[in-house]
Amino acid sequence: MYSSQELELLEILEEKGYLETRLLANMLGVDEKTVEGMLEKFKADGILLGFRAMVNWQKINRHDVTAFIDVKVTPKRGRGFDDVAERIYRFPEVTALYLMSGAYDLQVVIRANSLQDVASFVSDKLSPLDSVLSTTTHFKLKTYKHDGILFTPQTEDKRLNITP
Amino acid sequence: MKSLSNQVVSMKPSGIRRFFDLAQTMENVVSLGVGEPDFITPWNVREASYAALEEGYTAYSANAGLIELRHEISNYMKEQFQVSYDPTTEVIVTTGASQALDIAFRSLLNPGDEVVVVEPAFVSYGPLIEMAGGKVVPVACRAESGFRLKREDVEAAITERTKAILLCFPSNPTGATMTGEELSEIAELATKHDLWVVSDEIYAELCYDEPFVSFATLHDMRDRTIVINGFSKAFAMTGWRLGFTCAPEVVTREMLKVHQYGMMCAPTLVQFGGLEALKTRQQHVPKMVKSYRQRRNYFIQALNDAGLPTHVPGGAFYAFPSIRHTGLTSEEFAERLLLEERVAVVPGNAFGESGEGFVRASYATSIEQLQEAIRRIDRFMKQFEVTTVKDSQQ
Repeated sequence: MYSSQELELLEILEEKGYLETRLLANMLGVDEKTVEGMLEKFKADGILLGFRAMVNWQKINRHDVTAFIDVKVTPKRGRGFDDVAERIYRFPEVTALYLMSGAYDLQVVIRANSLQDVASFVSDKLSPLDSVLSTTTHFKLKTYKHDGILFTPQTEDKRLNITP
Repeated sequence: MKSLSNQVVSMKPSGIRRFFDLAQTMENVVSLGVGEPDFITPWNVREASYAALEEGYTAYSANAGLIELRHEISNYMKEQFQVSYDPTTEVIVTTGASQALDIAFRSLLNPGDEVVVVEPAFVSYGPLIEMAGGKVVPVACRAESGFRLKREDVEAAITERTKAILLCFPSNPTGATMTGEELSEIAELATKHDLWVVSDEIYAELCYDEPFVSFATLHDMRDRTIVINGFSKAFAMTGWRLGFTCAPEVVTREMLKVHQYGMMCAPTLVQFGGLEALKTRQQHVPKMVKSYRQRRNYFIQALNDAGLPTHVPGGAFYAFPSIRHTGLTSEEFAERLLLEERVAVVPGNAFGESGEGFVRASYATSIEQLQEAIRRIDRFMKQFEVTTVKDSQQ
């Protein structure tokens, strides 16, 4: 079980990314040692998996391609979807993989340099897998918001400098 | 041309104004001078107001406000603060808490009536009381007592002309809060001297250490208290201008006349936004409160570390550090901090004489901006290190 303070720390990290432990300690009203202890525990428990920057590649015209592929598969007796999922997520171009409810089973997100690369991935790597029954590929056209962050220009502070 | 109203002409403009003009002309200012949330009104609230516009709700509402909204306000007061008001006779929806204060004083005061006002205080209190014919009798809250109001100080200010006491906890500008027990001592005075109490509870939701106690819940106080509240602070809706009064029918009836002739009603579209805000408050308010608390914890510690002794405010989003040991007046301090380091704070004397020696610094801005402000304040404070004994101040 995690304390409400530990959960609050996770919420801050999820929203803000990496912050100095001293600042985190002050924000939570605890000492630095406590925060360090919490961070160690999160890492050991596999709860805190890492820190990444959120990059808007659209801004610098890098023409990479993101595809969302709906995949129907046959689950394996005793292992469910885990085996085929593992076969798929090991490909480095797969940036995300989710087991879904509804019309298909797995959603594969891949990032590649070109449409051609996506096509090759689907025809050469994904579709030939024994368990894969069908695939439907969608290409992302534009990112408006990702993980809570807006990709369109941020709205600036509209408040006056001084108000009562 | 004939002269204008003597009373208005002799009224001083708000002390904040000068700083506002100065700060507006400068670039790269880190502003801690803002008395409002840094959050934008939650989307569903903005969307509800759009929807009302689309559906053509462009007419007046009832003078006292949309009855659905008054019901929701009544529920809110009951659930959140444990005090009951009849939505048909005891609630008025106003254009902000400021107008709520205005109709309260105009309904309470006869010429020469005195109002005991907690100080340092929001800049509008004095002028609103005076425009309603009343006389302001300030009672200072001191740093030594954590800016809490002391019974003996209030009692010393009461005369036979005293009509009402005006309270605001959590306080703008000090962030101080009062416990139920401490407020009860003030309540006893209200009973003893048969006074009305105007309780400005606009920061009620923003309490970080102890639960908020509405003055109206104290023994025998509901029937002599006008509760002032609104949507600006807790729901990040300052520019919408939406507030309300909750008060016994005997005074609500009179306030409604002032409201009806002076304002007609709060803007209808805005009231629909308020309705949505109250209905979905659990989605938004606790998150914002948690975020303010984190920033408060960081900022108060950092101000003290920078050599500005600051009490820990239990509510609102203001720090009120002492600057006495710099040898500057609060105006000098604020002006130099702005010109030399481009950090905007509000001089404490803008909130009354007892605010001299302090500045108000709002922490309703991003943690990154707060860190930048602290870096600049640190640098600014270096020049005073020779002349101050930092340790004895803390």
